[in-house]
Amino acid sequence: MAAGDPAETFRQEAQELIEQLEHSLLDLEQTPTDRDLVDSAFRALHTIKGSGAMFGFEAMAAFTHHVESAFDQVRKGKLQPSPSLVGLALEAQDIIRAMILEPDCDLADRQKTVLDQLAQLVGSAADAAGQEAKASAPASQPAQKQRWRITFSLARDAMVMGINALLLLDELRSLGHCTVTALTDAVPPLAEIDAESSYLRWDVVLTTDAPRSAIDDVFIFVQDDANLSITAIDLSTEGRLGEILVDRGEVPRRVVEEMVASRPPLGELLVEAGQVAPEAVKSALAEQKHLIRDQADSAKEAKAASSIRVPAERLDELMDRVGELVIVQARLKQQANSNGDPLIKAVAEEMERLTSELRDTTMSIRMVPIGSLFSRFRRLVHDLSRDLGKKVSLVTTGEETELDKTVIERLNDPLVHLIRNSIDHGVEGTAERLAAGKTGEGEVRLEAYHSGAQVVISVKDDGRGLDRVRIQAKAEENGLIPPGAKLPDDELFQMIFQPGFSTAKEVTNVSGRGVGMDVVKRGIESLRGTVDIGPRSGGGTEVTVRLPLTLAIIDGLLVRIGHGRYVIPLPTVEECVELSLADDARSSGRSFLNIRGELVPFIRLRDLFASPLPADPYQKVVIVSLGECRVGLVVDQVIGDHQTVIKSLSKLHSNIKAFSGATILGDGSVALILDIEHLIEWAQEQTDVAMLEAGE
Amino acid sequence: MSKNILSVDDSASIRQMVKMTLSAAGYGVVEACDGADALGKAKSSPVNMVVTDLNMPNMDGLSLIRELRKLPEYRGVPIIFLTTESDDEKKKEAKAAGATGWITKPFKQDQLLAVVKKVIG
Repeated sequence: MAAGDPAETFRQEAQELIEQLEHSLLDLEQTPTDRDLVDSAFRALHTIKGSGAMFGFEAMAAFTHHVESAFDQVRKGKLQPSPSLVGLALEAQDIIRAMILEPDCDLADRQKTVLDQLAQLVGSAADAAGQEAKASAPASQPAQKQRWRITFSLARDAMVMGINALLLLDELRSLGHCTVTALTDAVPPLAEIDAESSYLRWDVVLTTDAPRSAIDDVFIFVQDDANLSITAIDLSTEGRLGEILVDRGEVPRRVVEEMVASRPPLGELLVEAGQVAPEAVKSALAEQKHLIRDQADSAKEAKAASSIRVPAERLDELMDRVGELVIVQARLKQQANSNGDPLIKAVAEEMERLTSELRDTTMSIRMVPIGSLFSRFRRLVHDLSRDLGKKVSLVTTGEETELDKTVIERLNDPLVHLIRNSIDHGVEGTAERLAAGKTGEGEVRLEAYHSGAQVVISVKDDGRGLDRVRIQAKAEENGLIPPGAKLPDDELFQMIFQPGFSTAKEVTNVSGRGVGMDVVKRGIESLRGTVDIGPRSGGGTEVTVRLPLTLAIIDGLLVRIGHGRYVIPLPTVEECVELSLADDARSSGRSFLNIRGELVPFIRLRDLFASPLPADPYQKVVIVSLGECRVGLVVDQVIGDHQTVIKSLSKLHSNIKAFSGATILGDGSVALILDIEHLIEWAQEQTDVAMLEAGE
Repeated sequence: MSKNILSVDDSASIRQMVKMTLSAAGYGVVEACDGADALGKAKSSPVNMVVTDLNMPNMDGLSLIRELRKLPEYRGVPIIFLTTESDDEKKKEAKAAGATGWITKPFKQDQLLAVVKKVIG
């Protein structure tokens, strides 16, 4: 349906409904016992009222309500559709029509007459006339932090009914600091579990300044059968386990006091003594943690500004150490898995969790907002525009976007080049701009934002844009493309990044002699990033730089192909599926896979890497995504996730584009890290070559 | 992938309003004008959520909810119904039939969006 004004649609619809109502009423006069006619009349009134109230016909809706109520009585058999009722309804229908089509005319007297007569017929049914909705809830109290204890379990069939407990918990989390404990005591043994049933009970402690009604709203659809209890907790509670249990009514205070007198830890003692269920202690302990966090938070708020300065080398050193630790942890994990001792395994798992947290913390220490870099460019833009005699303003957004400190430092030169190019080549002089109908002042925009595991930085200008003809001529002159070659825009524009490429008619001292863009590209690629150039929608040029969040350690997916093991960066991985024998047989070389109705091309890495071993009987496909496109990588085995410390390849191997580096595995062997984007390009070239050879 | 929502109402103006609101928020909207129409569309192309009126010709909302819940692919799919007054009887009946939640008419665009976000995130 074309988008339009719903009120207009309603007006047309209401006329049809009124006609339907009239037919039903007239027929009803003839056959008063026909229930279908009563239903039809009721439905018409009901829809007129319901829709009317939504599109600005409140008075009409209120009036229709009384007529509808009368017909509801008829529907329920409490009132007969007598000729006088039908007559009244017809009169009411005329009023409704007038109220919709001529909203300005005064119908109060006619309305009153109809309503009075209806009231006589229906009795109390129309008594509600003129009754207004109660005054809205009392003015909200000033926001004050309150701590709530919320316990709920869902009806067994809640999941079937479309209730998602995760969404409920997310909604609670959006209200404030939230500690959630899942209580599993009602979960039956695995053999008896019905996967569609809901067995868990949740204990949530929430500290929020939202009113109680906001919490009630979260549970509005489940409150009837959710076994929900919401109680306020005294904010002054010190957070001792015993007090929490007493406060929850799990155990009398006397018992706790006696126990405390004997010996800690209290929780275990209480459970051993059979006074409290283990689940109750678990939940109370979670609440205790919440209280302690709350107190720490308020202490933190008190001295939020305090920070210390550390020499950057120490951070680099720390990152190196963490890297080594991650490698050792991988060895420990390997040993634990082959050894089979559950105790060692437990330690190894704990160790893995801690190193992963340590890694994240260390990385977050190294993160610096990009605003510090952006602010340097103000002066640059000011000086450049003065030197070139152009008026240019710099607009920056996303200054708070964080990037690794090293990345930010090494980003300075490429960005300086890009901004210089924009001002020198992109933005026109004032006179030219005015002639083109633009404002006299040009604009360069620097934007930074997160996109998945990448940070995107774009430099946009509103200048004359990219000159296709000149770029083509220059590329032909430099021998990059054969004369007269027809390239798609995006491929042609990529020529700009070739060494020695400059289309500036005269060389200025600002943007040099075409040693700009290839340096930019190399600089960005050394940071494992990519750079693209293209026209900006609405005129001008846009350069987009994509960078990984960090350089040192990534989460990877470890896979095996033949004897070799390889790491696929986890952020690019979408899913893993099995390559069915049918799919395998159907295809040779590069082929396609049907993933839920979508065709996804796949690459056989064992062919690409020329692995001599025969393929595993059940090969796996790792689906990776690169921006818009998805590609499957066929491997022999998916081993699992792996914290990958990136070691760069030696200079000797720097021209191998398909690998971005290597890492050391737990057993001391080396795994190569796949550079997905270049790998796909390489595979494409290989296929093209193979096809050419086959064709000849 | 964007989520698809089936909007069932015999009132074209309500359907139009629902479609405008949800499309603007990035959802795909499939429209049906009564229960029977909705059931056919729901079977031929499964959706992630259903918003239905209760009072409709050719199979009312309650029967639609019951029929949908009988289909294996609609177990667990949120079904929201529109109800004119906050009629507790109707609410109970619809919940018992398998509805997830409700929106009270008249509603504003942001109220509709709030409920949709609440049940499908």
